[in-house]
Amino acid sequence: MAKKTYIQAITDALDIVLEDDPKTLIFGEDVGKNGGVFRTTQGLQDKYGEERVFDTPLAESGILGLATGLGLTGWRPIPEIQFMGFSFEAMDQIAGQEARMRFRFDGVKTSPVTIRTPYGGGTHTAEMHADNLENFFTGVPGLRVVMPSNPYDAKGLLISSVENNDPVLFMENLKLYRSMKDDIPDGKYTVPLDKANVVREGNDITIVAYGAEVNEAIKVADKLAEKNVSVEVIDLRTVSPIDNETIFKSIEKTHKVVIVQEAQKMAGVGAQVASAIAEEAVLSLDAPIGRVAAPNSVYPFALGEDIWIPRADEIEEKVNEILNY
Amino acid sequence: MANKPIVDFEAIKNNLSNVSKPIQILNENAEVVDQEIFDSFSDDDLVEFMKKMVWERALHEQTMNFSRQGRMGFYAPTEGEEASEMGTVLAMKTNDYLLPAYRDVPQLIQHGATVTEAYLWSRGHVVGNKFKARSLMPQIIIGAAYAEAAGVGLGIKKSGEEDTIAFTYTGDGGTSQGDSYEGMNFAGAFQAPVLFIVQNNGFAISTPRAKQTAAPTLAQKAVAAGIPSVQVDGMDILACYAVAKAARDYMVAGNGPVMIETLTYRYGAHSSAGDDPKRYRTKAEEQPWFDKDPLIRMRKVLEDKGLWSEEKEDQLVDEYKASFKEAIKEADAVPAEKVSDMLKRTFEIPTPEMKKEIAKFEAKESK
Repeated sequence: MAKKTYIQAITDALDIVLEDDPKTLIFGEDVGKNGGVFRTTQGLQDKYGEERVFDTPLAESGILGLATGLGLTGWRPIPEIQFMGFSFEAMDQIAGQEARMRFRFDGVKTSPVTIRTPYGGGTHTAEMHADNLENFFTGVPGLRVVMPSNPYDAKGLLISSVENNDPVLFMENLKLYRSMKDDIPDGKYTVPLDKANVVREGNDITIVAYGAEVNEAIKVADKLAEKNVSVEVIDLRTVSPIDNETIFKSIEKTHKVVIVQEAQKMAGVGAQVASAIAEEAVLSLDAPIGRVAAPNSVYPFALGEDIWIPRADEIEEKVNEILNY
Repeated sequence: MANKPIVDFEAIKNNLSNVSKPIQILNENAEVVDQEIFDSFSDDDLVEFMKKMVWERALHEQTMNFSRQGRMGFYAPTEGEEASEMGTVLAMKTNDYLLPAYRDVPQLIQHGATVTEAYLWSRGHVVGNKFKARSLMPQIIIGAAYAEAAGVGLGIKKSGEEDTIAFTYTGDGGTSQGDSYEGMNFAGAFQAPVLFIVQNNGFAISTPRAKQTAAPTLAQKAVAAGIPSVQVDGMDILACYAVAKAARDYMVAGNGPVMIETLTYRYGAHSSAGDDPKRYRTKAEEQPWFDKDPLIRMRKVLEDKGLWSEEKEDQLVDEYKASFKEAIKEADAVPAEKVSDMLKRTFEIPTPEMKKEIAKFEAKESK
């Protein structure tokens, strides 16, 4: 057990899967000698060699096409897309090819690819570096989308993703990379790819969140606890699939829900959660579903993020509104 | 400044083609133009080449019939491309990987899928994709196979698998896709054993080759990626085979990728769905290509050697067509797919919501 950052937890997981399975390969732009632009793959090329951890030419569709082909020849690829905004370049290989492989071949041929990519606002990056693009990918059948909110989950979810025989999009939150530390067990452990986590138990209202917003929701829960308001916080951990049962069970108890996301409000994960509640558990509620999401504008990069990304104060306001409905 | 320009761009432009003239063994008049290579083929070899082309043309004719009868899904006609398709695929070994495009169904069958499976693929039935061959199903997204082939080639190289390469196909239109360049560039960078075959049949649906690119040849697109490439007479099966075989031999010796551009022609429409070539080309433009027909050329060579006859060919066509009729009967007999099965093969481990959806459809299907 040691205190580790989100990045160190990811490096730890990569080290373990490289050690455990000689078929795993890590590749992408600058992941080799440079250890990735965030040092996530630091030291891995030295330890496992250029055959297992290697740099590629600068082309995202090429990187994902390489992953598809390597998967077909028995390898277990872990490609990196340097920033998630660049994933548009690789859309066909992810959504049109890898995600369809099991369906097309009924398991005779598969695509055991884990795509790692950083996303998320708050670090004032260049354009197309921080957008929350999970909404594009949760609509792709055959693809799992994983969004850890803390270092412990990041390690366990990444190991599960690599071990899964279907393609997984593993989204790493840029803001959390170095801002959080957890006690991380040494060695291997896994976190399931279809189970939400109740990170705070409470009775008065449920906040459903994922990624960096989970930590904002916890801040709100801590603050309201001082006022004797008991908030339950659910961390989705995976946004495809979404663990509806854990949400339904919680709102049966609290009767109130606020759904939080850093992405734009339109057609996203929050809308999917709200729809599932409306369809299957609406009678548990005694107030409207509350939603906190980013405005439906284009993502404003760099300093524009500061007035745009919903954080704790906005969540607190919405929670109070629903509590007082 | 001096009056003389520092660079003569016009001279560079006029000298862009760095690919030698198309390789031929038999010319349009069925005359041998490369005696040494021609003599390396036995009489049996020559007959075998002809039989493969007769088979492919019969497959096309019969499949078009089935298509007119409404018994096929998507079908991309292959008439005119027999030398290019059969010549190159005959250079493959069973352990090689194939990444075909949608007009390359004959190569997929040649590499180990059954005709029944090919028909089921056309109909969108999953059983059509469960062939044992080391091949993907025909790729619909143009260029995607090139990007994937680089990965297959690298996978072969990393596994240390000997005497094995990847074959992949696209068309003249396909060379305009970014993925085609990315795939070739990656294969070049990793020196992965991939044979990139561009079947230049003159048209991407209706858009002629001349409108795809200002490049004098498509073969030279590989040169920028550091890949040796050649143009081949795509109506000469002996040349297509010999060049593909030479490329394969070169790669299994431990070398990186090669690209071949075959100059061929699509006699018919882009697909059986009804586009009409008369909208974009004239009979006068088509005729010179029909005159270069790969079957006419080989037929003449074989007849001159006393190895072929009209009766023999008719008999073969009848045999082949009878086997295709059997194949479609087998396809008809395969049980229809169920929605519950489609859901089950979306993930290895069904998600909780999908389990509920599967149960819902299973209940419906058992009624």
